[in-house]
Amino acid sequence: MTGLRATLAYVLRQPSGAVGLVLVAVHLLIALAAPFIIPYDAATQNAAAILEPPSLTHLFGTDRLGRDVFSRTLLGGREAMLISTLSAICAMAWGSLLGIVVALAGGLLDAAVMRVVDAMVAIPWILLVMLFVAALGSSTAALIPLLGFSYGLSVVYLARSAALDFVARDFVLAAQVRGESRWTIAVKELSPNIRDSLAVQGAMQWSWIFLAVSSLSFLGMGVAPPTPDWGQMIADARGIMRTAPWTVVWPMVFLSSLIIGVNLAVDAWAKALGIERLGRTPQS
Amino acid sequence: MLGLIVRRAASSLFTLILISVVVFAGLEFMPGDACTAHLGRDGKGAVLEACRARMGLDAPPVKRFTQWAGDILRGELGTSMQREKPITEIVGWRLRNTLVLSAVAALIGIPLAVLLGIIAGLRRDRLFDMAASGTALVAMTIPEFVSATLLILVFAVGLGWTAGVVTIGYKAPLLEMVSAAFLPAVVLSMVLAAHIMRMVRASVIDVLKSDFVLMARLKGVPQQQIIWRHVVPNSLLPVISVIGLTVAWLLGGVVIVESVFNYPGLGRLAVDAVGDRDLPLVQAIALLFGITYVVTNLMTDIAALLLNPRLRTYRA
Repeated sequence: MTGLRATLAYVLRQPSGAVGLVLVAVHLLIALAAPFIIPYDAATQNAAAILEPPSLTHLFGTDRLGRDVFSRTLLGGREAMLISTLSAICAMAWGSLLGIVVALAGGLLDAAVMRVVDAMVAIPWILLVMLFVAALGSSTAALIPLLGFSYGLSVVYLARSAALDFVARDFVLAAQVRGESRWTIAVKELSPNIRDSLAVQGAMQWSWIFLAVSSLSFLGMGVAPPTPDWGQMIADARGIMRTAPWTVVWPMVFLSSLIIGVNLAVDAWAKALGIERLGRTPQS
Repeated sequence: MLGLIVRRAASSLFTLILISVVVFAGLEFMPGDACTAHLGRDGKGAVLEACRARMGLDAPPVKRFTQWAGDILRGELGTSMQREKPITEIVGWRLRNTLVLSAVAALIGIPLAVLLGIIAGLRRDRLFDMAASGTALVAMTIPEFVSATLLILVFAVGLGWTAGVVTIGYKAPLLEMVSAAFLPAVVLSMVLAAHIMRMVRASVIDVLKSDFVLMARLKGVPQQQIIWRHVVPNSLLPVISVIGLTVAWLLGGVVIVESVFNYPGLGRLAVDAVGDRDLPLVQAIALLFGITYVVTNLMTDIAALLLNPRLRTYRA
């Protein structure tokens, strides 16, 4: 296992990795700095400036309510990023814990848990999440545990198979013979070995959750107005894209470049660590 | 062989039972029930009691579950709250439309993906591979609602070739439905094709490194024959079971894509049902999606077992 600096250098040496990392860095910077650099309040409507094309006063033009598209676009990723980050942490925490535990325990517990997880994966979670949102109203607080739970299911598979690669190795057997507790073995022997693949998986989960949040916002069930969000902006502007394409193009550019950037960077990172990158999980 | 298939089918059956329990229990954990959701603010006092009695919600959960599951086994999916019609009636045509959409997407996506994957794998790290793999990465990462909006922007708004949204009714004849499904299917097949292409490519690269390909080379088999007789068939085998998994993905995408294109299928019905807080309908659709996923996976696994004798020695 190489150090962080060496890994970073490897990622930057690959053209796609460098592009991805730069895209992610730019997006992070924009998301953090947005509240200080936006020229207009994102929610303020201006009846005198409806659907204005891009100009020096409104860099990206204005939308159908006269709101400044530039300000809204800069702010539009923040809420979804926050939700994705918290949900991904939640998913990784319970998913990898359960995966490692069943891998170590084996036998009946392993079989029973995995059978239940198999069934859970077959359920279209987007429908259940939508249902909960419809019942509880769209709120960040409700989305995080829901997404964290449903996206943790695939983490269970990954953590389990990653841990299974090591449970039969000599150093784990040695620890068992020494009489170490299961907890110590999980923390001291297994975790350092599967940390890398879990970290890569966590970054992937983040991007899939981000897609899910944006899609929910697009359907009107994710980030609620007045907080601006790219998915919500695209849904809002779809009806008028024939006459005012600038209202829909910019959120699309920002959303796509963030997701592509994350994926390029994660691909290069996985390659640097020598890990097979995993595909998009079924339920996303 | 037969034993393996029976075991696989039994585990699918078990999965189906678990799915029905989860779909049922998911709603039990929610605050309120089908009646409070449907009635909204009016849901109190006698009205609520009447609704609960009508829907049989006053019975204990276990009894309601057996009732619900028994109805499903008889082919009855319950009654929609909003539409006040049997769900089977509402769902039937739309299920056909969604199947048409998925079939068109699979017909576009899978052959394209297999072809591109083989070529990219054979020419690893050359220009074609880099272009195809790069495109695949973009195609599989961009959310469906963005690519759909982009396609509408280019083909409907820009070029004026097609209508942006589907305007035909949900009972339209099959042929009209197929042509209406084209643009939505392109969006769905992009994600599908990108994922399968990456799998095929990786699999081709794996097989090229195998001993039997080296053996064929050493005994002087011509390159074309190595590729078409040895590499391609062997690299497609592992992909078969992956195709089953991507169906789940297709189903998730269907919800979004149908809403964007206003396509009259199950996915849009699901969004409408959620909007109407029609819990029995959402429950039924979630169950249908789960069944589709399990059945497709069972079929692809059996196909893989039939086509690939090596899998038969492993315990399922």
